[in-house]
Amino acid sequence: MENNDKTIEIEVLRYRPEEDEKPFLQSFKVPFTDDMSVLQGVQYIKDYLDGSVSFRWSCRMAICGSCGMMINGVPKLSCKTFLREYYPGKITLEALKHFPIEKDLIIDLSDFIGKLESIKPYIVPSAPRALEEGEYLQTPRQLDRIAQFSSCINCMLCYSACPQYGLKPEYLGPGAIALLHRYNEDNRDSAKAGRMQLLNAQEGVWDCTLVGYCSEVCPKDVDPAAAINRNKVNSAMDYFLRCITPRGGN
Amino acid sequence: MSTRKPYVRPMAGWWLKNPVYIRYILRESTAVFVGIYAVILLIGLIRLSSGEAAWNGWLEAMRGPGAILFHCVALGAAVYHAITWFAVAPKVMPPLYFKGEKVPLEKLVTGQYILAGVIYLVLLGLILWS
Amino acid sequence: MHKRSNEPIVWSLFGAGGVVVAYSMPVFILITGIAAPLGIVSVDVLAYDRLAGFAAGWFGKLFLLVIISLPLWQSAHRMFLSLHDFGVTGGEVFFRVVLYGAALWGTLLPLYLLIGM
Repeated sequence: MENNDKTIEIEVLRYRPEEDEKPFLQSFKVPFTDDMSVLQGVQYIKDYLDGSVSFRWSCRMAICGSCGMMINGVPKLSCKTFLREYYPGKITLEALKHFPIEKDLIIDLSDFIGKLESIKPYIVPSAPRALEEGEYLQTPRQLDRIAQFSSCINCMLCYSACPQYGLKPEYLGPGAIALLHRYNEDNRDSAKAGRMQLLNAQEGVWDCTLVGYCSEVCPKDVDPAAAINRNKVNSAMDYFLRCITPRGGN
Repeated sequence: MSTRKPYVRPMAGWWLKNPVYIRYILRESTAVFVGIYAVILLIGLIRLSSGEAAWNGWLEAMRGPGAILFHCVALGAAVYHAITWFAVAPKVMPPLYFKGEKVPLEKLVTGQYILAGVIYLVLLGLILWS
Repeated sequence: MHKRSNEPIVWSLFGAGGVVVAYSMPVFILITGIAAPLGIVSVDVLAYDRLAGFAAGWFGKLFLLVIISLPLWQSAHRMFLSLHDFGVTGGEVFFRVVLYGAALWGTLLPLYLLIGM
């Protein structure tokens, strides 16, 4: 560690399920250099100050989606956020909002995983395809329809941003709907009708009130708000035209 | 035996904790003023259908200081509704292409302001001079 | 398995109402609520003969119906959703009846009046 006098205060919302009834804040003084990420800050705490502090991380480069947490009340990736953005002020870390806290900065994300599974996040081809038929050909325009939404790294910051998910956890939520949209819009896929049923439910697109914060916090510019609200139009058209197009419209 | 004991944090007061949420609640609150003004117009229509004296009574009621104060606040609410509406409306539209390039959302926001400006001027013209 | 929501009905009315409010209501509030009462524009702008004549024509009837009823649907739907935001979870049917009922009333009553004018 570089020898310098600068320190920054990092406050962590602690919660140890076997010992605590409810979470509490614990403050640490961490040596500061202007190239340190918040992840490095909390790693310093674990390595030198309190080995029991628990948090998820992996790639350190904003692609794995593991290190999401509330940083001064805003959901961010800790590897993509830097101590210098807050220095000399205090940083308060909390587990991602709207999810149950397992321990310290670790959340129970089983609800999100279940929702991800429910949307069939894979291409369902319309007919089995033999190897001899070769690869699917996709024009740049067709790829453009899905590229933005396929950038999702499942980091769940959007769920922490979304107050509707916080108020009603049954809501499918921004990340799952953005990924659902990615597959519906892929010209190689044929499972749109089934996925529409998820969207058409109240807990599908209709729990969204277009707060729009999900798209603001997304570290990959996926714009889940656009995915959800375009599908409000799709869902409404499906609703009104279902007598004319019994297969659910397209 | 599992020692898990997940802690669920309460949502009470959620909208006070982030400026983004406060602006959202402000946006939703404009609905109250929009609704009241629409009712005022409805009452005006009822008076209009009841004859000249009733209509003039409605016009007179608009002159009260309380009424004018309400309408100033309602104007602010309607304007804030418009600003926030134009900001999010592009999210509802499918991707638009112009000359092969995708139109960025910011242009769609600007476009709505221009359209609104034109419509406001047309309406003002019709109301004041036709 | 997943019950289809009926929200598209009110959401479409909400969307139409929101467009009407955004693209016209500031002008109307300015004229009827501020400029005419304060004399900034001549009071003749809102004279009875002028408005009654406007409401006599089919375009005027349609115009007045739209600018009164659609904003009411937008307002009702947004207020209904706000209840949920403020943590009011019970009484959903009651609030729907009150709020959407008011908007429906604000659609049928103008329709009735305008047909007779």
